[in-house]
Amino acid sequence: MNATSTTLPAALEWKLPARGQVGMYVLIGAESAIFTIFVVAYLFYVGKSLSGPMPSEVLSPPILYTVCLLSSSLTIHFAARSLRAGKVQSFAAWWLLTIMLGAIFLYGTASEWHRLIYKEGLTIATNLFGTTYYSLVGLHGFHVIVGLFALSTVLAFTIFGAVKQEHAERVDVLSLYWHFVDAVWIVVFTVVYVIGR
Amino acid sequence: MSTDAIALPGTELASTPVAARLHAWITTVDHKRLGILYITYALVFLVIGGVEATIMRIQLIRPHNDFVSPQVFNRMFTMHGTTMIFFVAMPVMFGFANYLIPLMIGARDMAFPRLNAFSFWMTAFGGLLLYFSLVGANGLYGAGNAPDVGWFAYAPLTSRTFSVGHSTDFWTLALLVSGFGSIGTAINIIATVLSMRCPGMTLAKMPLFAWLNLVMAGLVILAVSPLTAAQIMLVIDRYLGGHFFDTQAGGSAVIWMHFFWVFGHPEVYVLVIPAFAFASEIIPVFSRKPIFGYPVMVGATVAIGFISMSVWAHHMFTVGMSSAANTFFVISTMAIAVPTGIKIFNWLATMWGGKIEFKTPMLFLIAFLFQFLIAGLTGVMLASAPFDWQLGNSYFVVAHFHYVIVGAILFCLFGAFYYWFPKMSGKMYNETLGKLHFWLFFVGFHLTFDFMHIPGLLGMPRRIYTYEPGRGWDTWNLIVTIGVFFQAAGTLVFLGNLIWSYFRGRLAGNDPWDAWTLEWSTDSPPPAYNFYTIPSVQSRRPLWDLKHPDDPDWKYE
Repeated sequence: MNATSTTLPAALEWKLPARGQVGMYVLIGAESAIFTIFVVAYLFYVGKSLSGPMPSEVLSPPILYTVCLLSSSLTIHFAARSLRAGKVQSFAAWWLLTIMLGAIFLYGTASEWHRLIYKEGLTIATNLFGTTYYSLVGLHGFHVIVGLFALSTVLAFTIFGAVKQEHAERVDVLSLYWHFVDAVWIVVFTVVYVIGR
Repeated sequence: MSTDAIALPGTELASTPVAARLHAWITTVDHKRLGILYITYALVFLVIGGVEATIMRIQLIRPHNDFVSPQVFNRMFTMHGTTMIFFVAMPVMFGFANYLIPLMIGARDMAFPRLNAFSFWMTAFGGLLLYFSLVGANGLYGAGNAPDVGWFAYAPLTSRTFSVGHSTDFWTLALLVSGFGSIGTAINIIATVLSMRCPGMTLAKMPLFAWLNLVMAGLVILAVSPLTAAQIMLVIDRYLGGHFFDTQAGGSAVIWMHFFWVFGHPEVYVLVIPAFAFASEIIPVFSRKPIFGYPVMVGATVAIGFISMSVWAHHMFTVGMSSAANTFFVISTMAIAVPTGIKIFNWLATMWGGKIEFKTPMLFLIAFLFQFLIAGLTGVMLASAPFDWQLGNSYFVVAHFHYVIVGAILFCLFGAFYYWFPKMSGKMYNETLGKLHFWLFFVGFHLTFDFMHIPGLLGMPRRIYTYEPGRGWDTWNLIVTIGVFFQAAGTLVFLGNLIWSYFRGRLAGNDPWDAWTLEWSTDSPPPAYNFYTIPSVQSRRPLWDLKHPDDPDWKYE
């Protein structure tokens, strides 16, 4: 026995949102909640460290690396647009550029951490500032790393010729994630280098 | 863990070797099998968590009892709370959602079947990790040491100084891992409900079960993620020497409370909204009437979801917050009673004038209505900050939230088990045993949790392992413990009924309840692909339309 009733109008327009997009938006919602808690903790603990070094002494805003990360949002947008138009070559080029910009940003974080740890003597256990700083920036950095892995996987598939125009929708889902990583950086940057300093 | 004792969809031939069948279950991505895995897993932990509760109650049966040591008592209440919330209540709700949502919305599977399997195994791994602490926490040389910091694990109890060894690490990692599973399942539920509905099923024609689970999944996203964040902070504190909750270095113990209860209170609604979902499906079928006030039910559920995000600090009145904060959380907590009350009235109005059939599922649901009302009333009492200052952390609070979790959620859940067992197993349960289960559990529940309020009012604090005689608590504690044995007996009858009926029950047929939602249109148990052809619907009760072509619902909706 089936519940089918054939009385529906034959021309019924039945279109639902793509599950990949919905899933990614919900994941972004969950990630935002996680970041919110870390941001709240950061703001709550601003100026509460009992010992140095203090943020104003050791932090300087990484403007160049921020520009790199934010412009990677633009390049991934162009990449996705190229794929939708079927231009795989141009897609690969923009995609590679996105990965490089992300990698440069990650290098920026790494060199800042290296300077803080070896020159300024600030580790995650030094004081409250260290704990909150490495946690929040580290959480974001972790998301950049995950994103770079995902982007590189797509690049590898592209090099072997497995990515075609019909995969544009999936690439769009991944680019949503990358836009989120960039957007979070704006919040982290504001909190750590503007408000918290 | 006899997975196949509960409800194998009878798709395998009897001659399939055991190893192959086991392999099929472990590698499955079928939403029905994962649903059953979730449910079976939760039932195993229900028994474990129940044994822990029984041990606590035996210890408290009389003053100066020495059934267990204070240390073991601490572990028991920690493990009982953690197990029941994270490894019984959430998995069992996810199990039913997994099993039923695709069937109810006319889909062939969840939106992301492999994510579904991943989420289940993460949850399963979390539970095993928690219980591995019994042998692993002190290293294998020790006698074992389960977590003993309480289920909300307040700082600084969780710091290295006060919690040596690895018991707290097992606790925090278990919750972290199972949290990833919960978030994965929530993503899956939302994507399934929004993107997988069969033609004609607009959001306004969706069964309430799907609607309520959609709200539940949204709450999981907004509530479990903060818990995950807080657990990451705790891990940083314990392993990397961080100072988030270290007051010696300027950190704050209170912020852990905020982070925990930002999760902890919506979590109550994560559990109770699926229970409402069961009620909203079962009560109409056994009242032989469509649900009263469908749009209002949806609106009230969404309202509960919203308000539940802003009530968390009513768990913290006794901590000492500003009077502005106290006032806000008193008002928001009391406000949540309004949409909840609307729902109770809608269920009553559904029953009003209906032709009520007192089958086992309906008995549990009727008991739920009255018990949930009382649980809500003590909730409003505790929402008042001055009242809470007097009774916070007393047995009154314990009685209140067990009234919600057992009296409302577990009763709905038992009703759901009996209602959908014929669909999942293809067999009818034994009605006599079902009624016996109901009455045993009903009597046991009221013996335990009605009388538990009284020692609380008389000043008995929670989490004490023993007490002095002559404070007027003795008799009440004796009655409370006696009730536990009735509940345990009822639960054993329940499990026995499931197993017996699975092997010996009569065939149930596709639609034993003459119900109206799509899952009853397919075989019992449903085939792997659910529907031979994808159905299309025109009203909220597609099977009613099919059975009554002369008077279909869509003419009126």
